[in-house]
Amino acid sequence: MATSTFSRIRDSDLYYSFTHSPAAMISALVALLIFLGAVFAPLVAPHNPFDLASVDLLNANLPPAWLPDGMREFLLGTDDQGRGILSTVLYGSRLSLLVGFASVIFSLIVGVSLGLISGYAGGRIDSLIMRIADVQLSFPAILIALLIDGVARGLLPRDMQDRMAIYVLVFAIGISGWVQYARTVRGATMVERNKEYVQAARLIGMRPFTVLRRHILPNVLGPVLVIATIHLAVAIITEATLSFLGVGISPTTPSLGTLIRIGSNYLFSGEWWITIFPGIALVLLALSVNLLGDWLRDALNPKLR
Amino acid sequence: MLNFIARRIFQSIFVMLAVGFIAFAMFRYVGDPINNLVGQDTTLAQRAKLKQELGLNDPFFVQYARFIGNAVHGDFGVSYRQRVPVRQLIESRMPATLELSFASAIIALFLGIPMGIYTALKRRGVLSHSFMTISLIGISLPTFLTGILMILVFGVLLRWLPTFGRGEVVHFGWWSSGFFTESGWKSILMPAFTLALFQMTLIMRLVRAEMLEVMQTDFIKFARARGLPERIINFRHALKNTLVPVITITGLQLGSIIAFSIITETVFQWPGMGLLFIQSIGAVDIPVMAAYLLMIGFFFVVINLVVDLLYFAVDPRLRVQKS
Repeated sequence: MATSTFSRIRDSDLYYSFTHSPAAMISALVALLIFLGAVFAPLVAPHNPFDLASVDLLNANLPPAWLPDGMREFLLGTDDQGRGILSTVLYGSRLSLLVGFASVIFSLIVGVSLGLISGYAGGRIDSLIMRIADVQLSFPAILIALLIDGVARGLLPRDMQDRMAIYVLVFAIGISGWVQYARTVRGATMVERNKEYVQAARLIGMRPFTVLRRHILPNVLGPVLVIATIHLAVAIITEATLSFLGVGISPTTPSLGTLIRIGSNYLFSGEWWITIFPGIALVLLALSVNLLGDWLRDALNPKLR
Repeated sequence: MLNFIARRIFQSIFVMLAVGFIAFAMFRYVGDPINNLVGQDTTLAQRAKLKQELGLNDPFFVQYARFIGNAVHGDFGVSYRQRVPVRQLIESRMPATLELSFASAIIALFLGIPMGIYTALKRRGVLSHSFMTISLIGISLPTFLTGILMILVFGVLLRWLPTFGRGEVVHFGWWSSGFFTESGWKSILMPAFTLALFQMTLIMRLVRAEMLEVMQTDFIKFARARGLPERIINFRHALKNTLVPVITITGLQLGSIIAFSIITETVFQWPGMGLLFIQSIGAVDIPVMAAYLLMIGFFFVVINLVVDLLYFAVDPRLRVQKS
């Protein structure tokens, strides 16, 4: 059984296209490395930056190990509180990835459901949902995320703001991205709706919800996968931007964006490594996910074969 | 044609009313407007009186209509944080943002279009490859990182340019301009380039793609066959036909420049509306947030409308199809 699954994957078009695209393989490798480093941060990282007992202020602002004054213990140097940059970056990517994945899933659920309803029901419901989508689409996503973030902060009591920051971010980034899913799924649903297998399913008396879930949904998921991959890169960058602007994740458990924000204060005194290394991690992550998304889009597009 | 314009204007008004509704809902229901106006020792009776005077007991739609009416007259209430009319705050910050956006739009256009034409005409050149590499960087670097890198290189290491603020400004009435002093010019360079980089790469790639497509068409082949000089073919025939999408995208990007200036202004501490907005989010200063939302909404709607109409004016084929 296992071998047949393996050979199915090996013989697939997607696998062929993957192994013949160096860009896809390199970016998959980079993304996988960062992902594994983030997930296993507690095992991989040389220090735990949140364990106050292991942090020593005497080690603050050390440069990377290869520079004079650098210590071998801190490969990429330390920040103002004596935390190793390598460790904070690993733990930071963890949060960035977490928020990225969570908001993509949130967007996906909202967008795909609304798209299915819109495409299947048509009429008034369809035009209401699509008008909302139009209005939202005429503003940049980052602005909408900022605004939702700001309003949510206003609604929460002050002492809960830091604790709820991650949820607020996921909600804000998620809401700002649903339109693309909804539009794509709506279009695909309108095509599928009139096909014979859907009519047959309806004729044997299936409820609309079951038709949508069991029959239409699996057939519209292809393009959704592509959007989700590219959206992951966008979501990670958006999270970093919001955190950098100081309305995202709090400095006590920093994400990559928060690290860059903290580090940028030390730029003028010459401690560039505090901000540059999280920056490099962020760009590598976003770029590799983006390139993977581009490859996936071309690989799944039959017109380009 | 007239029908189309009327429908677009109607749509724009609808969008503005929706944006106004969101702004009003924020203004009215996020936090208590009375609590934000009075001190802690105000009695309940005084609060109730103030509430009645401000019309907060009126029906929902009356309040909404009043809010929209005030906003149309430029009255957005009083900032919770700074205790001054929001209009005054926005007026003092607007010139900085508009000058920054204007400068970066100019940079994006005057570098992006020639770079796009060049990379399309000389596809295999060394310079073309380096332009394409720059554009890949421009697309994948988040705006705030570009800004930080610029500060590191030109501000901290080379010490050529100031890293924050607008420099000295000259006042003309309520408008303050940084274009008339040397420090103003030096200060605007880095923020403007940071803001322009993304739009520039976008415009460059777009012009390149459109040019490559147009160069394949029959009328260009025919122009070649007629023996017209390269320069005329490239600029009079090819470039002219790529301009429609370029105008559209550039116009729409103008809106994003204003929105993305929030990030650039924060990085460079540029005293514009974006920085004001970020500070007001941090302090939950709802009237400023609502006013900023309305302003940006208005900019976007007007830009979208103008672009649509322009599109219509530039491309005669559309006029025939619609009517």
